[in-house]
Amino acid sequence: MELSDSRVINAAPEAVWSALLDPEVLKACIPGCQEMNGSVADGFEAVVVQKIGPVKATFKGAVQLSDIVEGKSCTISGEGKGGPAGFANGGAKVTLTPVEGGTQLDYTVEARIGGKIAQLGSRIIDGVARKLADEFFAKFQSVVEGPAPEAEAGEEPAKAEGEKKGWIKRVFS
Amino acid sequence: MPKDSGIGASSKRREDVRFLTGKGQYTDDVNVYGQTYVHFLRSDVAHAKINGIDTSVAETMPGVVRIFTGKDFEGIGGLPCGWQVTDRHGQPMQEPGHPVLAQGKVRHVGDPIAAVVAETREQARDAAEAIGLDLTELPAVVNMKEALKDGAPKVHDDLSSNLCYDWGFVEDNKAAVDEAIKNAAHVTTLELVNNRLVANPMEPRVAVGDYNAANDESTLYTTSQNPHVIRLLMGAFVLGIPEHKLRVVAPDVGGGFGTKIFHYAEEAFVTFAARQIKRPVKWTSTRSEAFMSDAHGRDHVTKIELALDKDNNFTAVRTETYANMGAYLSTFAPSVPTWLHGTLMAGNYKTPLIYVNVKAVFTNTVPVDAYRGAGRPEATFQLERVIDKAARELGVDPIKLRRQNFITQFPYATPVAVEYDTGDYTATMDKLEEIMDLSGFAARRKASEAKGKWRGLGVNCYIEACGIAPSNLVGQLGARAGLYDAATVRVNATGSISVMVGAHSHGQGHETTFPQVIAEMIGIDESQIDIVHGDSSKIPFGMGTYGSRSLAVCGSAMVRATEKVIRKAKKIAAHLLEASEADIELKNGKFSVAGTDKSVDWAGVTLAAYVPHNYPLEEIEPGLEETAFYDPANFTYPSGAYACEVEVDPETGKVTIEKFAAADDFGNVVNPMIVEGQVHGGIAQGIGQALLEAAVYDENGQLQSASYMDYAMPRADDLPFYIVDHSSCTPCTHNPLGVKGCGEAGAIGSPPAVVNAVIDALASGGKNVGHIDMPLTPHRVWKAMNQ
Repeated sequence: MELSDSRVINAAPEAVWSALLDPEVLKACIPGCQEMNGSVADGFEAVVVQKIGPVKATFKGAVQLSDIVEGKSCTISGEGKGGPAGFANGGAKVTLTPVEGGTQLDYTVEARIGGKIAQLGSRIIDGVARKLADEFFAKFQSVVEGPAPEAEAGEEPAKAEGEKKGWIKRVFS
Repeated sequence: MPKDSGIGASSKRREDVRFLTGKGQYTDDVNVYGQTYVHFLRSDVAHAKINGIDTSVAETMPGVVRIFTGKDFEGIGGLPCGWQVTDRHGQPMQEPGHPVLAQGKVRHVGDPIAAVVAETREQARDAAEAIGLDLTELPAVVNMKEALKDGAPKVHDDLSSNLCYDWGFVEDNKAAVDEAIKNAAHVTTLELVNNRLVANPMEPRVAVGDYNAANDESTLYTTSQNPHVIRLLMGAFVLGIPEHKLRVVAPDVGGGFGTKIFHYAEEAFVTFAARQIKRPVKWTSTRSEAFMSDAHGRDHVTKIELALDKDNNFTAVRTETYANMGAYLSTFAPSVPTWLHGTLMAGNYKTPLIYVNVKAVFTNTVPVDAYRGAGRPEATFQLERVIDKAARELGVDPIKLRRQNFITQFPYATPVAVEYDTGDYTATMDKLEEIMDLSGFAARRKASEAKGKWRGLGVNCYIEACGIAPSNLVGQLGARAGLYDAATVRVNATGSISVMVGAHSHGQGHETTFPQVIAEMIGIDESQIDIVHGDSSKIPFGMGTYGSRSLAVCGSAMVRATEKVIRKAKKIAAHLLEASEADIELKNGKFSVAGTDKSVDWAGVTLAAYVPHNYPLEEIEPGLEETAFYDPANFTYPSGAYACEVEVDPETGKVTIEKFAAADDFGNVVNPMIVEGQVHGGIAQGIGQALLEAAVYDENGQLQSASYMDYAMPRADDLPFYIVDHSSCTPCTHNPLGVKGCGEAGAIGSPPAVVNAVIDALASGGKNVGHIDMPLTPHRVWKAMNQ
């Protein structure tokens, strides 16, 4: 399974880069991440709780950063073992490019699952992986950009949607 | 006028009383005092080297009795393969070891690595999670053609390649077949996949091992179709336990479909472990485990060519098949794509030249073995699909093309080494046209079109070889066992009868049909006769139930034993009636002297046999009990013609089966209702294969369809009402009952009818599609029609 996407982050490449290598940031951004310890040089140890289809499991695993081109690109690879639930591993190749208004972050994610989650969840794994990647990078964007501008820029359409719903609800309820 | 008892009566299935009231005694109902539970830690990768297994933490967990790994089985035999195939060049197949627990490597998802024996099932599972595995993952081979390429990762490092065998049949015909195809007026070629299936019996596999140290006796309770085969294979080849110290019991078994024929690692494990820890050990498969440890079925990739002359007579058939063996050789795996498949490639047709090539391939997948039909559905599917395609290419009526090429003279020796004793393929086709109301199809198609649906008609024939099998023949073909069966007819003092049979009933209804036969022979009530089966300590050495053999082989043994009983009973009656033995007649349970009114009833004779006060003791022994072993002279050849009408939704590709008919020739029929039920079940599984079921692996060898969310079993609303007829009858010529076997026919005959019907429906909608591989899901059908 492979997917790729791109998004522009309203921050300088240096800020994006250092966030990418910060275990606290990663912990905050990886969906379901309970623990994240370690360093870029030694790799990180992570505990992630995820539900894939009918299987909910705690994955314990290692996250490694490799192919590091300082400030420009790296590969984040992870391997998680979920005990009887099986395993998941994969990697994200991340590239940063300075653009007007900030940094363009391109990523290609590759993921593989095995054991029970493959047996029970293969049908939905593509959707799950896409959702998790989206969640990760959306969160990452908001962490790097800081809460204030994100609230203004990012939530406006959501608010409009919310108001509209509220209005419909008022009419029909 | 239907009979109400004996042969030909639709006696109600007496076993259903306990099955339907929850009183069945299945293997999981067996609980032995002091029993422990085992949980198998199974590989979740398809291929890896085992560097180490750390059980130190797990061993300290609550309730753990002992943890076993492959090391504990060093020096102990692996699981044996019961059939050796010889390849095109006269060499024996490559035969890898099959350890009870993985040694050195794991070779498929589900391969057992360690076994935790604990006081409770939950404790065993918990401890298994604490086992540390050090595995180095290796690249897996899943696709058979990739697996045969130079440099492909090898499933077994000690074999020269992933090729188990390259089989040619009949090798001497090859040149002539090639020549005939070259010179043919028309050649139709079809490439297809026979999809991998999981049998999914309602009852998952269970095994309970018990050991009595006082007399050094082991007992295995297991979900098996053939307890004596398991006793022989496990006792002699795996654990080295002599027969008299090993008892194998297969109590009520909730469906087998072939997948419970084989000797599995879990059976050997619980028997072995019970001896080690001196306590009973129980294993109950979960449904998830069943998907990755029960032998799968089918999984062939085939190219078939059919050559015809200018008058549309079949002149030659040539096939090339890749057959998936999975990671190890399951018990009868090598025989399925060869002797149960190649020998059937003549089908119902007088094609003079046939050549079948089969390459059996090891891959990092669950082992593949016999599943309802075993080889014969694969043969029938490709032949009946290519004939349909030929008819379409030539613009001729597919039924007419078949009729024109039918074998009409019997016995008929095919070019693929078997001799059909009887059959009447024209009669079953006539019957099919009648019961399916084929003349009304055009009107039904119109009605479907009016609803916006495309209607298609698919017809096919089938032939199968059942009643497996003549021992001297299968011995030459590589079987490492004889395939006779046995029955002991024990007449009790008051005239009731217990029949100990080697066949095993796991849905077939033997407890009802077998007594019908004896009741007919003696003329007593069926209720006076009971069948005992499934316990090696009670029954004679029989080979069990598979290949639609029970009545044809074990039933014949039972007839022979009953004949012996009757002969002896006549001697006793002659003595009691003071008449000559030659004048004694047995009718309606009464012995009488021909031409007189002197008679003695059945119970009078049986009582005399056991209370021999007035008895010819100087001539015959007291008692009335006889055993017979029966080894068939030939296979039996049930045949038939099937038809299916489908509607295809042009918008979505969704296929619905609107009408389905089966006209079978099973020879004589003992219980028409049970035969009909067998056909219904077979068709349900055939339709399952055609429309719904597929075991799917990803490229890394991960099994992706291992639950009922992803593996689509047929449900009631997927299936039509069937029109089933078995009034066409050409009795088998070589067994005493004239029966042929009906257990697999439905699964063999139905998939091509469904696919032929869908192709026809698409053609009626202007979509000329050569072939769609099963299962014909809406996605596949829609894709095919929108190409």
